[in-house]
Amino acid sequence: MNIRFSGFGGQGVILSGVILGYAALLDGKNAIQTQSYGSSARGGACKCDVIISDTDIHELEPSQIDILISFSQPAYDKFSHSLKAGGQLFVDSDLVQSHKHTAETYAIPATDIAFKEMSNKIIANIVMLGCLSAHTKLISAESMEKSVRRYVPDKFTETNIKAFRRGMELAS
Amino acid sequence: MEDEIASLGAVIGAVWAGGKSMTATSGPGFSLMQENLGYACMTETPCVIVNVQRSGPSTGQATKAAQGDVLQARWGTHGDHEMIALSPHSVQETFDIMIDAFNLSEKYRNPVIILLDGEIGHIREKIVFPDPDSIEVIPRNIAAGNADPFGGERIPPMIEFGMNQQVHVTGSTHKPDGMRDVSTMEVHDTLIRRIYDKIDSGREDIIKYEEHFTDDFDYLIISYGATARPTMGAVLSLREQGIKIGFLRYITIWPFANRITKSLCARAKKVFVPEMNLGQLSREIQRFTDKEVVSISKIGGVCHTIAEIEEAVVSNI
Repeated sequence: MNIRFSGFGGQGVILSGVILGYAALLDGKNAIQTQSYGSSARGGACKCDVIISDTDIHELEPSQIDILISFSQPAYDKFSHSLKAGGQLFVDSDLVQSHKHTAETYAIPATDIAFKEMSNKIIANIVMLGCLSAHTKLISAESMEKSVRRYVPDKFTETNIKAFRRGMELAS
Repeated sequence: MEDEIASLGAVIGAVWAGGKSMTATSGPGFSLMQENLGYACMTETPCVIVNVQRSGPSTGQATKAAQGDVLQARWGTHGDHEMIALSPHSVQETFDIMIDAFNLSEKYRNPVIILLDGEIGHIREKIVFPDPDSIEVIPRNIAAGNADPFGGERIPPMIEFGMNQQVHVTGSTHKPDGMRDVSTMEVHDTLIRRIYDKIDSGREDIIKYEEHFTDDFDYLIISYGATARPTMGAVLSLREQGIKIGFLRYITIWPFANRITKSLCARAKKVFVPEMNLGQLSREIQRFTDKEVVSISKIGGVCHTIAEIEEAVVSNI
């Protein structure tokens, strides 16, 4: 299973992949995470790929994406071609307004919710992870929360867990 | 440090002061280190250099992966010398091999290069840390009394600064006690042949590799580092299609695993070598077989896909 997070540098794109990858390990799966380096990691259309498998992982870079998550229009425009037909697409509905893909699509206002309900738009990625987790059931919610707790700064742990659970609700 | 020449200089100084020391770089930085890599060979200084290979020459495709420094690792510094270079194919193996690298450097009093690549260097993946008590650490062999630090034995013990003994460390040709003698032919001949032989005679101990499906094969594929990952995927798929292909993965690149290469190539109809360069190690492999060696080369910063390797094999058999 190949998952690609994409957006502007600074939107938590890379952290999202790290959290998902580590959660996969907690579930007893294998996972590999790779990301954009250099100027694209600091702006523009940045990406972070996670490969999750029950067996050994032989290909280090995914040739085709099963699930694409986009937090910005430029990132969607750049990476939507990599998403396979019949895949799943998750977008921030305020930031990616133009998206037409044969993939099963979930558009949620993650940044708006993070800003209005948690007074912190930076945790939009965690809201999105909650939604992704509930829809795909790729990884157990328990492992996801454990991984969130490991990777976010201590003083923001509870806000992030709240954001994750809010994202899960959006999926129901 | 101001640059990579100085970085390796500082590493060598730290070792002579009694520490274990390493440095890490990629591509152009490794080119700068060649001068002091030779100095480390000549002064028999145990140290570890990590080179995360990236597309070159020069600044090339910064941060993009390659395996273009395979021959540079062997021959980049001038003069006759042997080299130890190891190439891991996973994050776990990178961790494990760092321990081997330090141990080999102490055992053979030689620099050891970790030939990583931008693919393995950039990924996060699962790693299990061993119990620290279970790790074998080879300590530095320190001279007792007045043993010569640069001769006498094939791998002489070291003297360190601060031991209340005089020690002279020089990159110039020197006698067993360390004093310079650049004009006596025999002194140079004895020193350089010993430095060469200590690695060459340790081949069986140093060289590590992995064999898969080599009980029964028609074709052989050989790779190392990141490329070994899609190679394994291709081998599994090809065998499923009924193509009998064996797989040899080098963990040690230098000294070259000539014995296993020779014996497996002799049993193959054809040999395939996927590499992220224009055929650097395939040329070395060809030296040990009269069978056709097909280089599956790829450059541009991205590792081969499983499909690319499969196609290259299928279209050549």
